[in-house]
Formats: sequence, structure tokens, C-alpha cells
Amino acid sequence: MTFVSLLGRLNATNYVGIGVFMGLQGYYAPNSVDEVISLLLEAANESQLAKLLAGGTDVLVQMHSGLNKPDVLVNLKKIKETNRLEINDREIYIGAAIPSAQMQEYQNLKTLLPGLLEAADLIGSTQVQGRATICGNLCNASPAGDSIPALIAAGAVCDIANKDGGRQLQVEDFVVGVGQNALEPGEFLLGVSVPTPSSTKKDAYLRFIPRTEMDIAVAGAGVAIAFEDNKCVEARIAIGAVAPTARLVERAGEALVGHEISDETIENAVAACREAASPISDKRGTAAYRKKVVGVLIKRAIKIAESRVREAA
Amino acid sequence: MPKLHVETSINGDPVEYLCEPHETMLSVLRDTLGMTGTKEGCGTGDCGACSIQVDGRLVCSCLMLAAEAEDSEIETIEGISGKDGLHVLQSKFLEHAALQCGICTPGFIVASKALLEKNPDPDEETIRYWLAGNLCRCTGYDKIVRAVQDAAKELASPA
Ligand SMILES: Cc1cc2nc3c(=O)[nH]c(=O)nc-3n(C[C@H](O)[C@H](O)[C@H](O)COP(=O)(O)OP(=O)(O)OC[C@H]3O[C@@H](n4cnc5c(N)ncnc54)[C@H](O)[C@@H]3O)c2cc1C
Ligand code: FES
Ligand code: FES
Repeated sequence: MTFVSLLGRLNATNYVGIGVFMGLQGYYAPNSVDEVISLLLEAANESQLAKLLAGGTDVLVQMHSGLNKPDVLVNLKKIKETNRLEINDREIYIGAAIPSAQMQEYQNLKTLLPGLLEAADLIGSTQVQGRATICGNLCNASPAGDSIPALIAAGAVCDIANKDGGRQLQVEDFVVGVGQNALEPGEFLLGVSVPTPSSTKKDAYLRFIPRTEMDIAVAGAGVAIAFEDNKCVEARIAIGAVAPTARLVERAGEALVGHEISDETIENAVAACREAASPISDKRGTAAYRKKVVGVLIKRAIKIAESRVREAA
Repeated sequence: MPKLHVETSINGDPVEYLCEPHETMLSVLRDTLGMTGTKEGCGTGDCGACSIQVDGRLVCSCLMLAAEAEDSEIETIEGISGKDGLHVLQSKFLEHAALQCGICTPGFIVASKALLEKNPDPDEETIRYWLAGNLCRCTGYDKIVRAVQDAAKELASPA
């Protein structure tokens, strides 16, 4: 099937048109998951680069700077499934078209996942948050993407659509390299699903930047911990901007589980994170500095998450 | 190949235009529709000069494709003043001398209006964080923040 034949098919739905300029040969805004998948497969068959368009805050900047030269853009904001934002006892589902500004409007999302909301709130300005999605942040797979460590800590699972009925993947396995994710041709991210935290589980996210707003993380720290009778019963700790991808540091979690939170257990978790970090040196900071800072952030984030659990009790 | 045909609403009026798939909303507003109140500072989402509201959300028009406006409601600086003249924010920007060259001003006014619609009584910190994505290279931010505070006061209890 060529794009011309698709044109006929999409006319019946929400087809907007097609044009040629600057390499971009088509823009589609389909209404269904299946149409997105066939557009992606079609492009792959013709060796064309198709890009999904969520908020576009990375896509447009990269396209206009020439960093990325897509042949086709597929807007995924007109699909029912990507516009789902659902909170129930079992899961919190955030669809791929939900902009950060919309997430901030849900008070119980803030209560349940304060760390993830903090991370989303750090991405860009008010204007950028009016468009930017956490799924776009995740798919863009920048080492410094702010929502990624927070999603990993929260235990988020990627809900991936494909022609075979879809598949699920933990966020820590989704980002595979700088700017690279685990999606195969014909696949896209429908949304992320986070297990609904109990009232004794809270998360926190901190990043360090040279300014107070609008900058890229030098280091980031995502923490989610749960307590029973003062003892930590669950801990997921993730680091960002200090390795090619954000990382789940399992040993840091293990350093906390089974213990009361003390300076000593925190120091063990911090040491595990510094060890797991393999940062680069650049204009934002040297590798040694980043290792130091990521430890400090982890320590603070653990304390914030802990105090959130106590406040909620 | 033909351009894309888009039907949308701008400041309450139905509008149709043709655009290239890669074209931004900013470029269509300014170059196709002649609505040059919306400014371009950077084209990369950093300066906020191109701020508009789309379906009630503040966004950078340089980071949105014109094709994405299909079936949306767009508000630009041109729609801010009413039939009775300037919007309170516009008057307060003048009164407080919250502009010099003026290129950032439409963006600040559109962004401030979006803030006051959401939060009619913002404190200074809220205003500064909300406007952190609007850059001004001439005036400095104090006068701008004062103008927004004063506008909020006047909107709460019109003189
Ligand atoms: C001024 C400015 C400041 C910024 N500040 C920050 C910051 O502080 N921290 C930070 O982390 N980022 C920042 N960003 C980057 C960007 O805003 C974020 O990465 C944002 O979350 C991207 O989301 P989006 O919806 O706009 O993604 P898009 O630009 O739509 O997409 C991003 C990438 O993911 C792909 N994609 C999107 N959705 C899907 C999907 N559902 N399935 C498969 N692929 C998909 C796209 O094809 C593209 O490659 C900033 C950007 C700007 C312009
Ligand atoms: S021109 Fe859009 S943010 Fe600068
Ligand atoms: S008045 Fe000149 S940039 Fe703000």
C-alpha cells in the first residue's frame, strides 16, 4: 500500500492532508491505534522514517534544526486510548497524549505520585508543559530526561501497541541507549501504567541544574519507598543523567529494604548509586562532580520520600 | 503535492488556511494570516515570545505544527483586547512601563492572561515560575511582575 492509497483510506477518518517540503512528505492524525500501526509499518516497508508526534517539543526542535529528518509525522493525539488518564485501586494509567499540564491538574495524582509529578513539572516552561508528555520524554530517551528515573522508581510499565496485540515492558528495560528505545518497527507507546501505590508508599524526584528553571539535569534521582512498622519494605532507586541511560540501582534499594531508614542505610544506598553511575565530563560538570552530586540527590530524595510517607500516615 | 487544508478557530472566528506539513503555527499566524502580534524570538521553545493558547492551554506556537490546529480553539494576542479597549493586563503593562522594545510583550500578556484565568490571585513566586519561559532582554522582570500583580488586583475588584 502506498501513501496515495492510504490517502483514500484516511479520508474517511481524520485525515488532514499530505504535502512535500523539507523532506517531510506526510502528516497524519489518525483516530485509531490500528491506523497508527499501519502507517508505521507502511513507512518501514518503504524505508521511510516515520516519527510519532506527541507534544512535539522534541520532534519540532529536532526537525527544524536538521537533527532529525522524518519523512512522515504521525500525530497520536486524536486517539481515544492515548488520551486515557485513569486512576483506580490497581493502576494509574497515563496515556501517551496527556500533556504534563493536564497531569498537574489531577490532585490525587499529585498525592499518589508526587515524585513523578515533580519530574514532569521540571520539564520546560509552562508553555512547554502545555504540550510535552512524559511518554514523549521517555521515547526521546535522552540520558537527562527528567521523567525517566521517576518512572523507573515508581515501577512504571510501558504499554506498547503493535499489530500482534501489544506487549508490556518495564521502563528500565525500555531505554536502550542515548536517544534509543526498545520499540520495533510498527510499534508505539500507548501509555504508561504505574501500580497504584499504597498509602505507606511515596516517591520523590530531584535533579540538579545550574539555574533554578529551564535547564538540563546534571544529575537526577528518583526514589520510591514503602514502609511497614517503621521498616522499609520496598525501595526502588533510579539515577539519571549520569550514564547513557537512566538506571535502576537494585543494590541501592536492597540497602534500604528490611531496615529502618538511618544515616547508615542511606549511606549504603548512596554508595551503590555512585558505583552504578558512569557519567561523562562536559560543560555541565565533570564525571567526578556528577558522581558526588547524584549521591547527594539520592540521599535527599530518600529523606523526602520518607517524610512523605510519615505525613500521609 | 497539495498543501494541507486546516479548519480551526482563532479568537472565536472560524478560520481556514493551507499549510505545508512542516510549517509551525507561528509561521502560519504571521506569514499566512498576517497576524504578526505573535512574535518569534528563538523558534525553539525557549523564549515564550510566540505564546498562544490552544484549547485553553498555554503553548509555544513555534513548537506546534499548523496542521495540529485542526478543530482547535486558538487564542492569540490579537484577541485579548475587548470592544471596550485594552485588556487590564495591557493597561497595566503600559502603566508600570513593563516594556521597552516590546518584542516579548505579547508573549508575556498571553501567558499572564492564561495564569490569571487559572489562578486569579497568584503570589509573586507563582507568577515568576509561571512566566519563567518568557524571556525579556530589556525591561527586567520586576516591572512585569508588578504589572501582573496589579492587573490581578484590579480584575478582583474593578476600580
Ligand atoms: C524549552 C524546552 C525545555 C525543555 N526542558 C526539558 C527538561 O527540563 N527536562 C527534560 O527532560 N526535557 C526537557 N525538554 C525536552 C522535551 O520537552 C521533553 O523531552 C518532552 O517530555 C517531550 O515530550 P513530547 O510529548 O513533546 O514529545 P515529542 O517531541 O512529541 O516526541 C519525542 C520523541 O519521542 C517519540 N515519541 C513521542 N511519543 C511517542 C509514543 N507514544 N510512542 C513512540 N514514540 C513516541 C517522537 O517520535 C520523538 O522522537 C525541553 C524542551 C524544550 C523545548
Ligand atoms: S519563538 Fe517560540 S519560544 Fe521562542
Ligand atoms: S521589552 Fe524588549 S525583550 Fe522585553
